[in-house]
Amino acid sequence: MFAKSLKKLRKEIRNTLVVSCCVLTGSVTGFSSYADTLGYPEKEELKFGFIKLTDMAPIAIAYEKGFFEDEGLYVTIEAQANWKVLLDGVIDGRLDGAHMLAGQPIAATIGYGTKADIITPFSMDLNGNAITVSNAVWDKMKVHIPKMADGRPVHPIKADALKPVVESYIDKGKPFKMGMVFPVSTHNYELRYWLAAGGIHPGYYAPHKGDTAGTIDAQALLSVTPPPQMPATMEAGTIYGYCVGEPWNQQAVFKGIGVPVVTDYEIWKDNPEKVFGISKTFAEKYPNTTIRLTRALIRAAKWLDDKNNANRPEAVKILSQSNYVGADYDVIANSMTGTFEYEKGDKRSVPDFNVFFRHNATYPYYSDAIWYLTQMRRWGQISEDKADDWYKKVAAQVYRPDIYQKAANSLIADKLMNVKEFPNFSTETGFKVPQKHFIDDIVYDGTKPNAYINKFSIGLKSGDKL
Amino acid sequence: MSTLTTQVIDESILTKLKLRFSSMHNQAKPILLPMIGVAIFLFLWTLASSSINTSLGKFPSPAAVATQVHNLYTEHNQERDKAAAFYQRQEERNAKRVAQDPSYEPKIRAYTGKETFVDQIVTSLITVMSGFILAAALAIPLGIAIGLSKDLNAAINPIIQIFKPVSPLAWLPLVTMVVSAVYVSDDPFFAKSFVNSLITVTLCCIWPMVINTSVGVASINKDWDNVSQVLRLPKSKHIQKIVLPAAIPSIFTGMRMSLGVAWMVLIAAEMLAQNPGLGKFVWDEFQNGSSESLSRIMTAVIVIGFIGFMLDRMMQKIQYVASWDKSSASL
Repeated sequence: MFAKSLKKLRKEIRNTLVVSCCVLTGSVTGFSSYADTLGYPEKEELKFGFIKLTDMAPIAIAYEKGFFEDEGLYVTIEAQANWKVLLDGVIDGRLDGAHMLAGQPIAATIGYGTKADIITPFSMDLNGNAITVSNAVWDKMKVHIPKMADGRPVHPIKADALKPVVESYIDKGKPFKMGMVFPVSTHNYELRYWLAAGGIHPGYYAPHKGDTAGTIDAQALLSVTPPPQMPATMEAGTIYGYCVGEPWNQQAVFKGIGVPVVTDYEIWKDNPEKVFGISKTFAEKYPNTTIRLTRALIRAAKWLDDKNNANRPEAVKILSQSNYVGADYDVIANSMTGTFEYEKGDKRSVPDFNVFFRHNATYPYYSDAIWYLTQMRRWGQISEDKADDWYKKVAAQVYRPDIYQKAANSLIADKLMNVKEFPNFSTETGFKVPQKHFIDDIVYDGTKPNAYINKFSIGLKSGDKL
Repeated sequence: MSTLTTQVIDESILTKLKLRFSSMHNQAKPILLPMIGVAIFLFLWTLASSSINTSLGKFPSPAAVATQVHNLYTEHNQERDKAAAFYQRQEERNAKRVAQDPSYEPKIRAYTGKETFVDQIVTSLITVMSGFILAAALAIPLGIAIGLSKDLNAAINPIIQIFKPVSPLAWLPLVTMVVSAVYVSDDPFFAKSFVNSLITVTLCCIWPMVINTSVGVASINKDWDNVSQVLRLPKSKHIQKIVLPAAIPSIFTGMRMSLGVAWMVLIAAEMLAQNPGLGKFVWDEFQNGSSESLSRIMTAVIVIGFIGFMLDRMMQKIQYVASWDKSSASL
């Protein structure tokens, strides 16, 4: 009762503040638009990095549709060789910002890998990854998968079907090798999640002992390969499967070298994927630039999802340009336009395979950051127990809804966007309600990270140390 | 009698005709034979390309390459149009801002769009020439010093022999790290990527020039040396009037070799370090893995070869003009 009235009071105070602010600025400058109060960007020439994946789309769209220029930002967009080069670029200032794996700013902040303060005001997308296995593995796996009436396999395909295959490799003394894109990538955690849910141990990390290979006790050995090289590496027989973003799963189908078995949408419905990372010093030194680039990216994300994905074909055309993703139109379109092709010819509708704006996809939720932290702890990248408060503190250091909120409010004030398109900022805590849609039916509650970690049968639990 | 004369006349005409034909044949030879060679090569290429299947489709045929040349040129023009529109928008935006905020000093920022194939060729050429000129500026004085002094030669020779065969790929990580550690500036005049490529090129193409220059200097005709001694020429005059002119043919031979090396090294360095240029173009296309990638790469291969050939021809022409010994400037 008391809390409720307090909240109401707070809301009222804020409203009056906003109104008086508007009146004040309006009377002083003669303009009432928020953009004028926002101020011009301090740094106008920017360079952003990306990896050739379809989920870099908001950056490409913000450039091509002139959203960056609308903010007075002159942005150069540059493809990077791999995630390490990209992260180093943002740390040493060669890049002003980049399309990043959600785990990268978090790992950098806690000092796993290179220690640096990287923040994110903008979450780039939900879902968008898949796990692909080679044709040979698929043939052996297929017999263990239940079939539907029309003979197609029942989805989602669980790693239970892969387990006998992995065991047969181990019995023959051959290690079962798979690829993922980076030690702290979503793909690493998704692949591990899927494998472990099917009873296959993906191995532990032990950074305190100098072991960063992540193969302790492993039944499946995971190693790093840059996304665009995944299909070629699998074709060469170096790995038997991989987890990567698009278009590199569809590329395997087109090339006829492998079969995507499961999308990350099926592993964890609406999982957070890439983020836009900038260094903390950049955000402090150039606050207006930071808000303005966030505004441009929010508008681009909205454009991508607008009118029920009506703009997607145009987006695919832009992405297929050689300076962006550069793969063929058909390959990119396969996943960007609401469908996903598994086995050749088995094209199924996955309307939310790539979500850029719906479901508040762009809002940086603390609970998303904490999920990554729980997985880092689960697989030993965080070698010691941490209190629940520590998880929250780290999440608040890296994920910056405050910047997002400023950008969103100014977009609303400029009438470029509607208040309904954003979370209700007055009540938003940054924690999603406990999420249920995981492939192993384990419920995730971001407010209780330690309790969550203890729920898994494979993985480190409270008190465990390698 | 009359039959004999006609026969003689006939024979003389015949020999004349034969002579003319053979001279025509000789004139046509330098054009005709290469054309036949190229035609056979194109035929074999077409034949081979239709039977090689990769996971990215068929190996590019000459026709596919021709299409890509056209595409790349069209893309270049489109990008130029976009650039023009970009500058126009920028001016309008600047004007608007000046109207609102008179203290603002408008400035024009460079186009932020992608580098086209043509831009990348230009970037590569600038990089290779800068690296090469830097190498020449270091190598020729060093080569002369080594050539003049047997002791210095003995001292430095092992170092040259060891560094000469080092691949650019081995140098590159070191160069990259050193450059990013040493070359620190808020507003660098040269981009770091440019400096990386330049130094790598210099490190790899310096050696043939050093060696050739020193050999040229060391093997100067003894008579000329004696002349210099008789005239008691001071050291600087000796180098200027005797050594340099005498060593020019071998210096240029070294420079030609070096430029060839420089061009090869540059492509590899750009590819590995993701420095802008033709090498990066090839690598980006490989990463894209689109159905057009292979034909674009093949186009780049041919362009790289052609530019390498033109560079060599250019050096040969300079060598021919600058050298007294015209025989050294052969193909």
